[in-house]
Amino acid sequence: MSVRIAGMGWITPLGRGINEVWNRLLRGDEASAQTISRNEGARAYQGFLVPNQALNNLPPHPRLRRASAISRFAAAAGLDAIAQAKAMGLKIEMERLALVFAVSNGGVAYTKRFYHGIVESGAQSASPLLFPETVFNAPASHLAAILGVNGVSYTIVGDGAVGILAIKMASDLLEMGAANHCLVVAAEEADWLLCDAYHKWRLIKSSPPIELFSNHPHGTILSEGAGAVLLGREGRVKMDSINAGGNFSQRRNSTEVVNRILQELRDQTAFVVASANGTFVDLAERDAIRKQIPKSIVYSPKAALGESVGASALWQVIIAARALAGKQLPPMRHAAGNAGLRFPAGANGIGLSAIVSSCGLNQQAAGLRLSI
Amino acid sequence: MSTFNALHGINARPHIAIVAAGIVSPLGFGLKETLYSLRSATDCVSTVSRFDVSHCRCKTAAQIPDQRLLVYRQKGRKNARLHRASHMMIAALAELLERDQEFKPEVTVIGTTSGGMSFGEDYYRALHRHEDLRRSAEWIANYPPQKPVLDAQNAFGISAPCFVIANACASGTNAIGHAFECIQSGKYERVLTGGYDALSELVFVGFDSLQAATPEKCRPFDRDRTGMVIGEGAALLALENLESARKRNATILAEIIGYGISTDNHHLTQPDPSGSGPRRAMQQALQSAGCAPERVDYINAHGTATPFNDAAEGKAISELFGRVPISSTKSMIGHSLGAAGAIEAVICLLALQSQFLPPNINFRAPDPDLDLNVVANESRDAKIDIVLSNSFGFGGTNASVLIRKAAA
Repeated sequence: MSVRIAGMGWITPLGRGINEVWNRLLRGDEASAQTISRNEGARAYQGFLVPNQALNNLPPHPRLRRASAISRFAAAAGLDAIAQAKAMGLKIEMERLALVFAVSNGGVAYTKRFYHGIVESGAQSASPLLFPETVFNAPASHLAAILGVNGVSYTIVGDGAVGILAIKMASDLLEMGAANHCLVVAAEEADWLLCDAYHKWRLIKSSPPIELFSNHPHGTILSEGAGAVLLGREGRVKMDSINAGGNFSQRRNSTEVVNRILQELRDQTAFVVASANGTFVDLAERDAIRKQIPKSIVYSPKAALGESVGASALWQVIIAARALAGKQLPPMRHAAGNAGLRFPAGANGIGLSAIVSSCGLNQQAAGLRLSI
Repeated sequence: MSTFNALHGINARPHIAIVAAGIVSPLGFGLKETLYSLRSATDCVSTVSRFDVSHCRCKTAAQIPDQRLLVYRQKGRKNARLHRASHMMIAALAELLERDQEFKPEVTVIGTTSGGMSFGEDYYRALHRHEDLRRSAEWIANYPPQKPVLDAQNAFGISAPCFVIANACASGTNAIGHAFECIQSGKYERVLTGGYDALSELVFVGFDSLQAATPEKCRPFDRDRTGMVIGEGAALLALENLESARKRNATILAEIIGYGISTDNHHLTQPDPSGSGPRRAMQQALQSAGCAPERVDYINAHGTATPFNDAAEGKAISELFGRVPISSTKSMIGHSLGAAGAIEAVICLLALQSQFLPPNINFRAPDPDLDLNVVANESRDAKIDIVLSNSFGFGGTNASVLIRKAAA
């Protein structure tokens, strides 16, 4: 059975909607960084945030009344993917729709607020309204309730590679016959606490641009939003191969894992949508691409969209699918000229298959290949 | 489906064997201690010592003592930094691999709800109080939910891709169920599965704030039940295609024969009072196993002891199964959240192997609204062949697995 992309939804710092975000990327637009601050005296960070108006037309469902930003992003992307598929004439039976939600950091803002109450005023002031929204599967629960999904729903957690793992899980569920369609949604919300944590982890730089594939990575900028792909048997873009990858216990071993993934996925005519984000990931992907598919055109969206961690791999998949359909890739921004890689130049020259490489920041890597 | 079956058009689904298991819980370290504590109906609940509970309604939890857990801490600076959850996973995996050294998983599917949450708490507290943040990088690196799984794998040279399911309190059963389906589909031969969760202040206070945690004893299915107590632990199961396990002469401990999953959209934290979500999960598990409800000899219930959850589950059980013996072992070990389903699957495995019904302790009076056959207060010897384990969670996730005794 071939698993195909039947619909997509996308909400990013460059706006909401596949065409809107895609056209902005093609124009070479980059999200504008905003200052994310905690309070006076604390260090401020730069992040790429979803514009408020992007969430304007969410349905007035009671589940979204108090929901966190991450739940709203997930709902927006998930509903858009379903709407796109329906607009193409696809019939989706909700009782045969599975939901796989991928996330890395989860509802950080509400978790922080909930725990802040405990630290500041003691356990007696902890909010029973906030706590349920802190669980990783809260966004999936809200989306399932809005859509009326009452069967298979999984939330999976991991680093930046989790989106690929979610697609692998969804593909397995479809092949097992557990569902007719599977909606894969990945989301993340940016928050000061997350920026500070990644800064302490030495992965964040103070301001844009994110310089890609540099010999000396300077760090990344966090962003937020969601991506969704509806998988089924319909659609032009097909999943050729999904590699759930492996793990690297130390950053210096990441090249080896990415190399192994690309070796299995390699297709010399494919272009690569990479996860390079201005960190050690760039060096791992650069070396593996040079070794396995040296002639491939390489694109990373992170300079334009930022590092959305749990959502990032799905964004890459959306870009790969859209590029295959439109036969062009957006211009690569802020890439090192001496990386020894081929970057997109103009509208022509991309093949009929695409490799998505995802190397996360915390030990996981995975990849997949799409074709049209 | 095996190649032979595929070629001959036979829709014979592979049988899935449990070939090894490992467990760390308040009941003890390893299968042997766990069995002893279960049979002795040990109450593992004590006053919380890891953080301040003076402002909470509930002040107790079932805890794993650090002095024993950290014995499993591996040598070397790096491993000394790992979260307690990583040590639990390492201990559980050590036992599993000791029982089957040849088990090499192609993929790992693990359930959890909160990963290394207490490291996140340490970080936030230090930040908030302008305290020493020198350890912040290690707290942050070891906080994510996949980390304890990867740490355990790394400790034993396993590099299988990890799927970490976070379906709230159903996570452990969902992980086992998905692992079962992965092998049953013929896509994989061997999957490492299970669940873990370590006690954390945020989660403890969270349940306390919802008044889901009890200031009294945990009394599942009792007329006077007042709520849950939190627990912690890790349990792992090595699942393998039965045919492949037999070929290499692996010990077959039991078989997973069915799995059901459903989503109840009633409310983020409350189950549909009709019990429709749990009922659909249990029905699906029976259906996937081709098993009639009458053949189920024991149910390890989710049984959190909250008034609503036990009512919904109890209603669904009595409607589907009549008066089959049931117990909630959470009465002894508390609710270990993402680990619960995995720990309870191991408890079911021990019950099948030793032919007994684990007890539901602290039980005083039956709930007049529930027609249930509760294994009250003491374990009972029983001839059991097929058992069901339930897990339900926030977000309306419901999961059930059916486990069958290994053929003699």
